[in-house]
Amino acid sequence: MYVIVVGAGKVGWNLARELLGKGHEVTLIESERRRYLIVEQELEHAVQYGDATELWVLERAGIQRADLVIAVTGDDEDNMLICQVAKEKYLCQRIVARVNNPRNLQHFKLLGIRPAVSATDLILRLIEHEVPQYGLVQLLALEGERLEIIELEVADGAPAAGKRVDDVELPEGSLIISVLRGGAGFVPKSDTVIQAGDEVLLILDPGLEASITPQFTRNGAGPG
Amino acid sequence: MFILVVGAGRVGSAVAKRALEAGHEVSVLDEDPLSHEQLDKDLAESWEDAGGRFTVGTALEVDALVEAGIEQADVFIASTNGDNTNLVIAQIAQRRFDVPRVVVRVLDPARAAWYAEQGLHTICPTQHAIELVEQAALGDAEPEAA
Repeated sequence: MYVIVVGAGKVGWNLARELLGKGHEVTLIESERRRYLIVEQELEHAVQYGDATELWVLERAGIQRADLVIAVTGDDEDNMLICQVAKEKYLCQRIVARVNNPRNLQHFKLLGIRPAVSATDLILRLIEHEVPQYGLVQLLALEGERLEIIELEVADGAPAAGKRVDDVELPEGSLIISVLRGGAGFVPKSDTVIQAGDEVLLILDPGLEASITPQFTRNGAGPG
Repeated sequence: MFILVVGAGRVGSAVAKRALEAGHEVSVLDEDPLSHEQLDKDLAESWEDAGGRFTVGTALEVDALVEAGIEQADVFIASTNGDNTNLVIAQIAQRRFDVPRVVVRVLDPARAAWYAEQGLHTICPTQHAIELVEQAALGDAEPEAA
């Protein structure tokens, strides 16, 4: 696969190194001269100097044949526009953009830039994962495919506690795919009994959260 | 008409003042409070006394755009000193707020041309300069025979 990575900061540099290690062809583009010279000592010809918001810089890097363009500069406008031209002008099939300021995520969406990855959001998800008191945690959202995976802790006295997976009352379009119990995870069968204190992972059609949550909270209460 | 100008540099502030003189309602948004001086300059009274609006804020913040009146704007002018900011906010104005007329200043001729093809009304001062300089320097001189 041929991958263009824009922005040789900590994210871009490490990403380029990882991709090269996996045997992909990579060009990293950096617009700051001093940074470029540092990275060039390691990556040599795999890094190019230039402002990737300029079309000729992308063309010099061979964007016409790129399978994937990843924009991870520290500037959201740059990341948006690089991905926009990659997708719409050069018809690159796959793009990934970094969102520096989560407030800008709406602009990425408006311009059709997907996926847009925000470190702040990812860290928030991890915190929620580590601190289950949050209740429902969204682990993965595949917006294009209209699927998401959520995690829920089974409260004492929840309707699902003590029930077989089969008997948990879930809406059409949702499925329990994993149970985390005592530090280990397993894929449940239909006769697996859900216990209070379990964390369950469900895959579902977006929008079903509200009808799923009450099965796993105390006395079937809504999301708290 | 209600005109929103984002970026009160030389171009933005001059256009804002001319639009106000012409009797339009004009609102200016800039992240630098001092850019207000560009608006007061050469006016007999202050920009506000002359009827203009001025908001300090970052162009990418939707709250700032709304405060500056983007929801009422008939015309949106993106004239900050950054091409990338201008191209993003112009698309926000066009796609999200449905501003009927959006004008965007882009210094890079290649992208000005491509985004124009995509339906943005781009103005490229660099392209104009190239043509004017070329005309002034070369005029209609015949190329010398080799």
